[in-house]
Amino acid sequence: MNKAEVLKLATLARIEVSDAEAESLSHEFEAILNYVGEVKGATDPSPALPLERGGLGGVYNVFRADENPHESGIFTEAILKEAPAREGDYLKVKKIL
Amino acid sequence: MIDLSTLTIVSAREALKAKKFSAKELTQACIDAIKTKDKDIRAFLEVFDNALIQADFADKKIAEGIDLPLLGIPVALKDNMLVANHHASAGSKILENFISPYDSTAVKKLQEAGAIIIGRTNCDEFAMGSSTENSAYGVTKNPIDISRVPGGSSGGSAAAVAAGMVLASYGSDTGGSIRQPAAFCGVVGFKPTYGRVSRSGLIAMASSLDQIGPFAKTAEDAEILYNVVKGHDAMDSTTIADNTYSKDKQFNKTIGVPRAFVESEGITKEVKENLEATIAKFKALGYTVKDVDLSHLKYSLAVYYILMPAEVSSNLARFDGVKYGLHVDGANGIEDYFKSRGQGFGRETRRRVILGTYILSSGYYDAYYGTALTMKKMITDELRKAFKDVDLILTPTTPTPAFKFGEKSDPLSMYLADIFTVPANISGCPSISLPSGFASVEGKQLPLGIQLTADLGREDNLFAASKEFGNEVK
Repeated sequence: MNKAEVLKLATLARIEVSDAEAESLSHEFEAILNYVGEVKGATDPSPALPLERGGLGGVYNVFRADENPHESGIFTEAILKEAPAREGDYLKVKKIL
Repeated sequence: MIDLSTLTIVSAREALKAKKFSAKELTQACIDAIKTKDKDIRAFLEVFDNALIQADFADKKIAEGIDLPLLGIPVALKDNMLVANHHASAGSKILENFISPYDSTAVKKLQEAGAIIIGRTNCDEFAMGSSTENSAYGVTKNPIDISRVPGGSSGGSAAAVAAGMVLASYGSDTGGSIRQPAAFCGVVGFKPTYGRVSRSGLIAMASSLDQIGPFAKTAEDAEILYNVVKGHDAMDSTTIADNTYSKDKQFNKTIGVPRAFVESEGITKEVKENLEATIAKFKALGYTVKDVDLSHLKYSLAVYYILMPAEVSSNLARFDGVKYGLHVDGANGIEDYFKSRGQGFGRETRRRVILGTYILSSGYYDAYYGTALTMKKMITDELRKAFKDVDLILTPTTPTPAFKFGEKSDPLSMYLADIFTVPANISGCPSISLPSGFASVEGKQLPLGIQLTADLGREDNLFAASKEFGNEVK
């Protein structure tokens, strides 16, 4: 992996990194990917237990019934208090178009 | 005079009930200990200013004759567990000014059990690290030798108990972040079965691996702390009930040691001797100890460093400088993201998010993530098969005792500190680190930890053996 690839990934991840950091990350990633690469190509010869919950088997619904909502707006203030910028009861962002 | 260095939850609860001291006196003793000791250790990021008010409230309940498992006991929490109206920063600059709008489920349960939430402890940023060197708020030092790390990521919680500042604390364990610092600081650290403790209100790192658990001086205390926070929770769909996994298999006092795996991983002479001494102790306690062949375990760390960064990159996408946390202004909307995340995240966090982005990108997803999931299943199946024969798996908690600050500057060498703890996260199994012996290094007696792992849902076996072992050590 080279610096240009790291910078492209950083763009995808929406993180600003300097050229120097991208350069050193590229070497660190080489070492890490080389280490984790040992699992590549592994196949499971004997699928004995289902993956979910290590053997319980079956997928089941964990959603609550869609009823009895809480009173509208009771959490709005507590949550919006943490927003960097707001306008009324909305989060404020910069113009996109 | 309250001696915090010897007091346990069990003995403190007896003393509180017998009116030998009040919850307020106990809490004040902790606050005083933090004031004197934490200048050097820096385990705490904040002592909550309402701690003594909580203590008064506990004293009132004690006076009314109310008996709760943690009534009047001050506990410290890792900086990634939300306590309503208090700061929670996960050791990150991006959450420096964040105030929790709600309580985590674990905190609610602690409050119901009468605990006093005394403050929040330092940790690696977003729980990513093995030394607490990655916190945006400075390092925490190992109370046994301040030139060394306390381990991580829950280093502050481990150091707070080890230094006698609190009797108990909680942390989170994604790849060993409770057990490894417990071993480095000479205390008990426990990671429950995945799903036993709700993650609601725990700042997420890698959701399929994260689990909250306690630090304590004894296995008895760790069990009390676990029982208080465990349980199914409607706010976390991955939580499980007491009976989700079968407890039919009888406890036969049989321990397996994956010797080939342990000895291939560069353990020090003292760690190997300590393992042999531990095996001898268990045999003296009437346990059968045998070698087990777990040939997939060695892949656990590689699997971990694929699954974890992948989950980190998607979990941390929520930090956008819009909804909450740090906002750094750029020329336009998208530049706001780049600047907020670039400046808000520390170096290790940036490294893992970008690595996770690579692992999940088109063309690499199957090779890395898909294969890692297959390996995860193979590791889990192999371990569970071993548990048909043995009750517990024994390994050292770490390959070495606590290392020095800056010693592991290359990320891969730091990652290898978790080689023995990661399999329990990959498989979801419950696992505990118990203090066991010391390594003599440069004139200091550095604590060593020994790790027991049980089958999914078999915390009962883990605590039975841990308590017997702990009593033997005393």
